Amino acid sequence: MTERLKVHVDPDKCQGHARCKALAPELFELDEYGNAHEAGDGIVPPGLEDKAWLAKSNCPEIAIDVIEE
Amino acid sequence: MSDVSQPVAHPPVTDWVNDFDHTDPQWTEDPFPIWDELRAASPVVHTERFLGCYMPTTYEAVREIANDTEHFSSRRIIVRDVRPEVARNAAPPITSDPPVHKPAKQLLLPPFTPDAMKKLEPRMRAICNELIDGFIADGKVDAAARYSKYIPVRAIAHMLGIPESDSDLFINWIHMILELGIKDESKLLQAAQEMSAYFSAHIEERKTKPTDDLISYLMNARDKEGNPLEDSHVLGSLRLLLIAGIDTTWSAIGSSLWHLAKTPADRERLLAEPALIPTAVEELLRAYSPVTMAREVVKETTISGCPVKAGNMVLLSFPAANRDPKMFPDADKVVIDRRENRHAAFGLGIHRCVGSNLARMEMQVALEEWLKRIPDFALDPAGTVTWSQGTVRGPRQLPFLLGKAM
Repeated sequence: MTERLKVHVDPDKCQGHARCKALAPELFELDEYGNAHEAGDGIVPPGLEDKAWLAKSNCPEIAIDVIEE
Repeated sequence: MSDVSQPVAHPPVTDWVNDFDHTDPQWTEDPFPIWDELRAASPVVHTERFLGCYMPTTYEAVREIANDTEHFSSRRIIVRDVRPEVARNAAPPITSDPPVHKPAKQLLLPPFTPDAMKKLEPRMRAICNELIDGFIADGKVDAAARYSKYIPVRAIAHMLGIPESDSDLFINWIHMILELGIKDESKLLQAAQEMSAYFSAHIEERKTKPTDDLISYLMNARDKEGNPLEDSHVLGSLRLLLIAGIDTTWSAIGSSLWHLAKTPADRERLLAEPALIPTAVEELLRAYSPVTMAREVVKETTISGCPVKAGNMVLLSFPAANRDPKMFPDADKVVIDRRENRHAAFGLGIHRCVGSNLARMEMQVALEEWLKRIPDFALDPAGTVTWSQGTVRGPRQLPFLLGKAM
């Protein structure tokens, strides 16, 4: 059984590098300052798991968690 | 105008670990083996030069310092021979510490979001093509002097609402502030005064004729209490945007073209797979990060186990962090399809470069437009590549031969 993934951006760590939005635009949104948060409830739709891990491994502030549920 | 004048020399370095100097010609030409030597010696090294200066050599030590605003102040952000009196509102937010940093930063962020940059992209493509039109028929070009140099300066001039035709004036100020000014305070002061007079005139003009640009944006900004920014804050932020917006990206574009000129396999791969350009740009940013910032130690502490004492400066080398093999496998190699790349080229922590989205867009567009029109190019063996010194690293002369017949 495939595990469901969820992404979460720590708002205290995010500094607006916007790498997550560039690499996984379906999973992240930016506010008016360019700081990121997860889109909706953060649940990763099937097929986008790779993008979630890619966003996590490219965040310079280590602000992204990928949670396996 | 002294765009080609050289900074004053220091005694040559013979002991890199204990007496390093980031303005030494050997460092300017090829810093990578020096950083490896320093990193092998210690996560933090020290020199008596520049009135006492530390340098973290690992990614971890750089991250620790970047995130520690209690012991490290941003009131001085460039390592120089002198420490002139700190001016109030020197260049907010980059010269600000908490708690005044946050509102100053939040003010500048909205005009530089990825969406805002998308609107600027067509103008950038046009600028790149105008520049290429100027030399493509010649068969050879100094790609730094005639291409990479003018892309960011024209972009930031466009955003600030000042004439793109004043670009050479701005470039000269940057050279005086970031290179000559490291060792010659009079050059630093002269450029700062000229720049303030220039912006003051533009501010005055907008009081009667408001415009739709970043100068007016700052003049119209209000704080939480509804008060306008102090004049010195407006001027300081304009100073920052101009200084930070020019030779940083000029250097990044130049280094990228330099790499592609001497690495035909990477050039051919990007020609065959243009969709890889954004990924390659991140790797080129990692491998040839242009910007080294500084901090001032204001309270004694330890970094990666090394004691650091107040009163010294810190050369916060994001470029050296990006070459740390503990953080990046094959750190000394350029891997243009590197997938995991949390490089620190735009800094880490609260001072993340406000223009990073602009710089990324400019780099992508500059490489895309160049490769579309000039798929074949190589370094001209009859010429010499030269590099800038000090705070920002990039090629200043970049002689290329264009086309297949070379």
